[in-house]
Amino acid sequence: MSKVFKGRAILPGNTTGEAVVSRQGMNILASYQKSALKKTKQMICGDQNNPDLYKKDLRDKIICLPQTIGSTTGGMILETAIQMGIGPRAMLFADHIDSLAAAGLILSDVWLKNRVITIDQLGADFLRQVQDGQTIEIKEDGTVIILS
Amino acid sequence: MISVEFALTPEEKAILEGKQGATLQKVMESVVLYGQVFGAKRLVPLDSPVHLVTSFGMPLLKPVFAMMDELIAAGLKTEKPFTVDPRPIDYTNVPCNPLEKLIFTIMYGKQKEYEKLLSKVGLKDENAFTCTCYLPEVGNIPARGDRLAWAESSAVVFANSVIGARSNRNSGIIEFFCGILGKAPEFGLLTDEGRRAKWLVEVKTSRLPNAQLLGSAIGMKVVEDVPYITGLDRFLGTELTATVKDYLKDMGAASASNGAVGLYHVENLTPEAVEQGRSLLVKDYRTYTIDDQELERVFASYPEMWKQPAARPKLCFIGCPHLSLPQLESWLERITGALAKAGRAKVAIPTFLCAAPDVCQAFAKDRTRYERLLASGVRLTSMCALMYMNNPLCAKKPVITNSNKLRTYTTAKFLLDDDVLARIVNG
Repeated sequence: MSKVFKGRAILPGNTTGEAVVSRQGMNILASYQKSALKKTKQMICGDQNNPDLYKKDLRDKIICLPQTIGSTTGGMILETAIQMGIGPRAMLFADHIDSLAAAGLILSDVWLKNRVITIDQLGADFLRQVQDGQTIEIKEDGTVIILS
Repeated sequence: MISVEFALTPEEKAILEGKQGATLQKVMESVVLYGQVFGAKRLVPLDSPVHLVTSFGMPLLKPVFAMMDELIAAGLKTEKPFTVDPRPIDYTNVPCNPLEKLIFTIMYGKQKEYEKLLSKVGLKDENAFTCTCYLPEVGNIPARGDRLAWAESSAVVFANSVIGARSNRNSGIIEFFCGILGKAPEFGLLTDEGRRAKWLVEVKTSRLPNAQLLGSAIGMKVVEDVPYITGLDRFLGTELTATVKDYLKDMGAASASNGAVGLYHVENLTPEAVEQGRSLLVKDYRTYTIDDQELERVFASYPEMWKQPAARPKLCFIGCPHLSLPQLESWLERITGALAKAGRAKVAIPTFLCAAPDVCQAFAKDRTRYERLLASGVRLTSMCALMYMNNPLCAKKPVITNSNKLRTYTTAKFLLDDDVLARIVNG
């Protein structure tokens, strides 16, 4: 049975994809830097301090998280990863989006014309319900449906 | 996209519609959208120059280089000359082996090229590379109430708290765009409401706490909220002397990195607390009491990051954030005094004091004192110890520091000042 959540569509769009879930704040710099430097086709998360994501391939996934954390350079790293084709398909924030992720995603959208669908304020229950590997459908009005 | 009413002046509207060129349009669009996300309803003029966080020429950051090229081609630069975070490397004063250098070349291989770009878009001068832009020798000093757009977390928290200026903890590039526009979206710490304290932090220690440890405890507890701190005036007095400002600089940097504090108020000491007192506290504030035991608990909670915990330290960094001139002088006296007491001439492990280029130059102007420092084996550098430690080979070294920010972001081990002194003198 599907579960439906409604958030704020910051960068709206329609898509369907596979979820990968971080229950804690995601450190963008620590997650992306290693793969970006290696210029690999996968995006293997390099953040040893995040057991939810560490060593998982985040490329083209729908990343479900509370917020991002860490260095204020994180936004630029995220924009770079998106440009390199190893960015996420969408980012779904349970809380209010933070300034680092907001900057990276907006810069990518405005300067690279490369949109990563972004919804925030989906609520704590969304993060409790969603699991790795589930299929998620996102609609442009900010509706998020966990299909399986 | 987001249904937030955003009031634009006719000039701002024209820019957003592309009437002043496609590049400036994208700058405006990025800033407006960023502001809308955080509930801003208008842009407000900046009163002081911006301070940029992006000081490093990382070849990896291709979109940043492309954007810089586009801005330069469009003839855009910041309204006022800006300062920027420290350089990532200093081969002259902080030597490294060929393999480490190779990695640095991969990581920061476009440093010179990037600095040329910075100079074209408004860099203040060659000495503008520091995280302590607000020090008198550097000169990017906002006034009380000035609206800013800074991103470096330690500088933001100092400007907000000690100076009483107003800046959000912006993301890199966004602060640069605000500098180009001369405006910032009004939300968060730019508003009176956003500067109210959600936490009452009672300092009930038996003596003045180590600034970096106290800041760490506060940051870990309140995370991104504003704390109102009581009990520090017992030790620091009620005047913002140079020594007190240095203490608050280090405490704030630790609170901003161990948590995400952008502003704190210290009762009877920082400008807004002096003026408004406990009326800065929100109605349903929470309370956190810090005593000697709590600080011991926080210190003991730091994870061991060295592969061999008992290893002999190979390097020591003091000055993250960068040291002030009085702090440099103080460390010189402490180190040379401890060496004399131990009957030694030079430090036992390579030790680096990090400070702004302008501060280092001011220190070195007094040749006697500079020669004394060099004779002790200690070196001055203006690089960013944190970016040095981002090199995976450097991260493997057992490095000690008195910086809780460096501890948070790297494998460096945090020690209290007296313990740092003992290790650099005795090994």
